[in-house]
Amino acid sequence: MQNKINKGWYLLFTAPLFIIFLTVVVIPFVIGIYYSFFKWDGIAANPKVFVGFDNFIKLFGDTRFLESTWKTTLFTILAVISVNIVGLVFALLVTSKLRTSNAARTMVFMPYLIGGLILGYIWQFIFLDVFTLIGEVTGLENVFFNWLIDMDFALYALVFVFTWQMAGYIMIIYIAGIHSIPNDVMEASMIDGASWWQRLKNITFPLLMPAFTISLFLTLSSAFKIYDVNLSLTGGGPANSTEMFAMNIYNEIFGYGNYGYGQAKAIIFFLIVAAITLTQVYITKKREVEL
Amino acid sequence: MKKFYKIIKELLLLIAALFFLSPIYIIIVNSFKDRQELYENVLALPKEFSFQYYIEAMEKMNFLNALANSLYITILSVLIIVVLSSMTAWMLARTDNKLSKIIFMIFIATMLIPFQTLMMPLMQFMSTITNTLHIPMINTREGLIFMHIGFSSSISVFLYHGFVKSIPITLEEAATIDGASKFGVFWRIIFPILKPITVTVMILNVINIWNDYLLPSLTLTDKGLRTIPLSTFYFFGEFTIQWNLAMAGLMLTIIPVVIFYVLAQKHIIKGIGEGAVK
Repeated sequence: MQNKINKGWYLLFTAPLFIIFLTVVVIPFVIGIYYSFFKWDGIAANPKVFVGFDNFIKLFGDTRFLESTWKTTLFTILAVISVNIVGLVFALLVTSKLRTSNAARTMVFMPYLIGGLILGYIWQFIFLDVFTLIGEVTGLENVFFNWLIDMDFALYALVFVFTWQMAGYIMIIYIAGIHSIPNDVMEASMIDGASWWQRLKNITFPLLMPAFTISLFLTLSSAFKIYDVNLSLTGGGPANSTEMFAMNIYNEIFGYGNYGYGQAKAIIFFLIVAAITLTQVYITKKREVEL
Repeated sequence: MKKFYKIIKELLLLIAALFFLSPIYIIIVNSFKDRQELYENVLALPKEFSFQYYIEAMEKMNFLNALANSLYITILSVLIIVVLSSMTAWMLARTDNKLSKIIFMIFIATMLIPFQTLMMPLMQFMSTITNTLHIPMINTREGLIFMHIGFSSSISVFLYHGFVKSIPITLEEAATIDGASKFGVFWRIIFPILKPITVTVMILNVINIWNDYLLPSLTLTDKGLRTIPLSTFYFFGEFTIQWNLAMAGLMLTIIPVVIFYVLAQKHIIKGIGEGAVK
């Protein structure tokens, strides 16, 4: 009897969410794998032609996709470095007991709340008009010009804006990490006469390893999946030079109507994201130290 | 000398933070200028503060309608996520059997799937449901809320699950002995204890759902259903050349976020920090 009642409660508590979750995430994932083996234009009346692994093989000859893979990788490397440096520097400054700390923390976090699409539009204007103005006034026209029309600089513009968006968020994580370092460890090292740099290198950084794990995971996966900022800042241009993975997949499916082929790309995208993030978490977790 | 360094540090931090926010300053000052004044000097303060372009942008973006849609979708999604994911996570954490472990594993493992992998089959599946079962999933705000709940469930269940594990079970056992039902135990005893993590779950989801562009762009086709990011996107498609008008439009979209930030600042920063450490 007791057991029967428990089963009822179990269903009542877990079934509603799990059914929604199955409908939205799990079933589409399975259907997605199925679609990736077909050639199909997305129109229900048109036939789906089974092509086996052809879609996946075709990927290796798709120069635009390979170019986008390379650009996404480059973007991710630069973005992860830049976001984490800016976030960590701000976190160290903000936690060093300054009166301006609170104001600074609030301001640096602000862009994260605004959202990628809108941030992209804001910076489109800044690159277009403010950068050119600064270039004219200072004469540094090689540095300050509209980055968005240059095939190389447009990617750096993307890194720039992404850093602006994410740094505050990552800063909060590092702040939480710094606060979790026990005070007595720091005090003991100060009494022993350790310098600021020695404390940073030998105490703060090793004890921050869990925060590094999370921050790297978050920046790595969100940089790899970047879409909103990409869409509003560069739209993939100039000449597809900033078309990141996510946008390439979107365009393949909904832009050119290659549903099966686009879905094969999407499956590969999943495998890459999963492999990279799991490897990173595995590596950094191993370096975490227990106090 | 030490004091001098401290003042320098204070100033540097403030300057860095102000520099960090300077793009917002540029948006504000230019949202009040006409086109000619804007191109004279984009950094200068406006000659007069007229809200003319705000009113114009408000009409062209159908801003109030978009704001209402965004509020409706975000608030309803987040409330349902909190209720369902806390219940699910508690039950999974407290029922120590194979099934619970499997369900929890599925929730966690799917966190690795990027949205782009799911978007096409999701839309196909949702139109199938719409056409065969006659449940309107596509092009309705309720359908979008349903999908938001599905996508938020992994992280929300994960956060609640971790928190429940840290609560001693004795309290619940005592209440059960006193004759409380599972429902009573959860809502009267557990849910209030979960408050800190509920705040985190709410904040993370509010930010994600409020700012989401891609999912609404795929599901909502009617003009009248557009959320703020969607209406911003279409607004820019049509009026990009008029940057002063565009600036006013962007400011409009930022204002609700700033109000939210001012009201809940402490909770937001604390919530994000705690959410990340879990």
